[in-house]
Amino acid sequence: MKFDIILAGVGGQGILTIAYLLDHAAIRKGLRFKQAEVHGMAQRGGAVYSHMRISDQPILSDLIPEGHADMILSVEPLEVQRYMNYLRPGGVVISNDEPVKNIPDYPQDPGVIDALLALPRAILVDAAGIATAAKMSKAQNMVMAGAATPFLPFDIQEYQPIIQGLFGAKGDHVVQANMSVLEAGWKVGAFTKALLDKGVSSAVAGRLVMRLDPLTLQPAMAGDLAGVLEGPNARAFLAGTGDRVACDAAMLESLSA
Amino acid sequence: MAERELLLGDEAVALGAIHAGISGAYGYPGTPSTELFEYVQGKAQEEGIHAVWSANEKVAYEEALGMSFAGRRSVISMKHVGLNVAADAFVNSGVTGVNGGLVLCVADDPGMHSSQNEQDSRFYAKFALVPCLEPADQQEAYDMTRKAYALSESLKLPVVMRLVTRLAHSRADVATREREPQKPLDPPTDFFNFTLLPTNARVMYQRLADQQPRLQELSEASEWNTLTDGPDHSRGIIVNGIAVNYLGEVYGGKVPHPVLKIGQYPVPVGKIRALLEKVDEVVVIEEGYPLIEEMIRGVSGVAGKTIRGKLDGTVPRCGEMTPSIVAKAMGLPAAESVKASMDHVPGRPPKLCPGCAHADVFAIVHEALSPWPGLKMFSDIGCYTLGFYAPHNAIHSCVDMGASISMAAGAAHAGFHPAVAAIGDSTFGHSGMTGLMTAIRDNAPMTLIILDNGTVAMTGTQKTMCTGEDLVNIVKGLGIDPDHLKVIEPHRARMAEQVKILRDEFEYRGTSVIIARRPCVQLKRKGG
Repeated sequence: MKFDIILAGVGGQGILTIAYLLDHAAIRKGLRFKQAEVHGMAQRGGAVYSHMRISDQPILSDLIPEGHADMILSVEPLEVQRYMNYLRPGGVVISNDEPVKNIPDYPQDPGVIDALLALPRAILVDAAGIATAAKMSKAQNMVMAGAATPFLPFDIQEYQPIIQGLFGAKGDHVVQANMSVLEAGWKVGAFTKALLDKGVSSAVAGRLVMRLDPLTLQPAMAGDLAGVLEGPNARAFLAGTGDRVACDAAMLESLSA
Repeated sequence: MAERELLLGDEAVALGAIHAGISGAYGYPGTPSTELFEYVQGKAQEEGIHAVWSANEKVAYEEALGMSFAGRRSVISMKHVGLNVAADAFVNSGVTGVNGGLVLCVADDPGMHSSQNEQDSRFYAKFALVPCLEPADQQEAYDMTRKAYALSESLKLPVVMRLVTRLAHSRADVATREREPQKPLDPPTDFFNFTLLPTNARVMYQRLADQQPRLQELSEASEWNTLTDGPDHSRGIIVNGIAVNYLGEVYGGKVPHPVLKIGQYPVPVGKIRALLEKVDEVVVIEEGYPLIEEMIRGVSGVAGKTIRGKLDGTVPRCGEMTPSIVAKAMGLPAAESVKASMDHVPGRPPKLCPGCAHADVFAIVHEALSPWPGLKMFSDIGCYTLGFYAPHNAIHSCVDMGASISMAAGAAHAGFHPAVAAIGDSTFGHSGMTGLMTAIRDNAPMTLIILDNGTVAMTGTQKTMCTGEDLVNIVKGLGIDPDHLKVIEPHRARMAEQVKILRDEFEYRGTSVIIARRPCVQLKRKGG
């Protein structure tokens, strides 16, 4: 087993906290890891990244060679594009859909999101929505860590002692809130992964997830949903912009009709 | 029994030093070295180790040399350009030698992630004629540091540990081993060595020169200088430090050629000759300057052998080493990757934090300089160097710690007016005071703005030495005319009033100082 991740985002988004969580999960599991990170000047609102490698064998290079990353995990959607030369064919992109527009030449909407959905395997996560719903607006990084987890050799519950160590001093409710956003992120990741695995395109899967209430996503429904997404009701639903709906049997039925 | 810890390369050196029984840690913050000192500092109280940041790297080095004089072990950490500041003490400590073990850990920054140059500290070790160790990974960083103290004490010389950014700031698990106690106080009874009068220094320098064959023998026998054979003798490879991992990586762990990996200096010439006997072509893959490559090539090359590396363009001369560069140098095909789905990705350079006082100072200075179109400030090392970029466009220089002041003075001597300099409080404490004292002594027509944000912000809000009223008193003590020392709390809202204060001083034909005092927003965020 080896899994190479490029972690990306903007300085201040908590990239290094994601790295800390995954590092410790790896070592608790007896896995090897190496994780190269950026400190100093770049952390002041600039592009930041970390190379994170997990394996059950000794790891040589601290840097992931180009074309070898299994995943780009980004807390900002434009930042994904900066590191595409690292993503191996078949690798997955998991990105927050919330832009950080702190540069004057940030591309016009919806260019950045459309570009992500044009990638062969991309998972878009409404991390801001999920974090805000949990009254944890600064925990978008934790949502993203959760969304990546279905691809990793970890269960969400394995993060509990690490989260406890990170946030325990702030009280049990902070620990619980972080665990709940990790869980919510996991659902988005697992649900979209299941759709992609069934052959649904990144664009269709992404638009479906954007129409559904993220807290209700059921990865087990992905198989049934994959079969109906080409129908006229489903197309109309995907193109719509109304309120998000619950991912349940009624929704499946309405799309199938 | 070995325990495993999750450590950055910097921290692995720090823990190695703690386990080697250091009594002191010294340094000045600088990316990518900062975390070394901070790791020791975090354990200083429980370990009974002296760990207080020094005003600059030279002070740090001298404090450590004093601890060594007294017979105890210490570690010094700094970034590569910091060693320029400490070079006087460092080079001379090769001549004095040491008593207690002394390890200088320098973190180089190939690729200039957060630096003004990518100078290679291995040259400093060679220059000072002292051993240099260069770890390839976090485990070696720990192990080498442990052994560096014994090496330092057996040779009676300082030992340099060279890290690079990718090891300093990369985390992995490290197996530790049983620790040593701190050394007792044991100052020398013969003071000859440490007193570098020419009569003594000639003797000590001879001793240093006489030790060089011994250093060479140790390098030849070093467990970190390994020559491994491979089936394909069409070429051999010489590689240093972390680059050995990139080499292994691109060959899937099995390099088919003979490889000489170098982790201890002086360069093991015997092992290089042994490699050259096996092969007709050698590729030198060096993280840093082409130190080894230049030595091998000499002035006329090696007869019958082809030497490839940075000097013939096989490897790029500038920038940091990566697995992809190694693969290309070895003629391996580039790996395929997923294509980006955007044609152009705009850059996202770092910027000042929202609410940063520096931004207000730049706006006020910009307005105050408006009678002199196009004029900007001499500046220095710190967050405020970001004042170069839009929308600030406020500075026109950044060279080294303290250069803002002395360069402004020199420009003023040339008739450049108004010569305005901007420096942070910590950088002023590091290397600004002597420049200002010189300017004041000759009443150089310049204005210095000290950006007193109360912390060393860029490297993570370490404690500063001269802030608030202490800073005012230091400036007064340097002899400034009190009529031309002004303290303001910079705010755009008070633009008109503050522009006038600045402009009056810009127009004054003598040395003036304005202290712009407002705390760093990061400091407030951290509750400092």
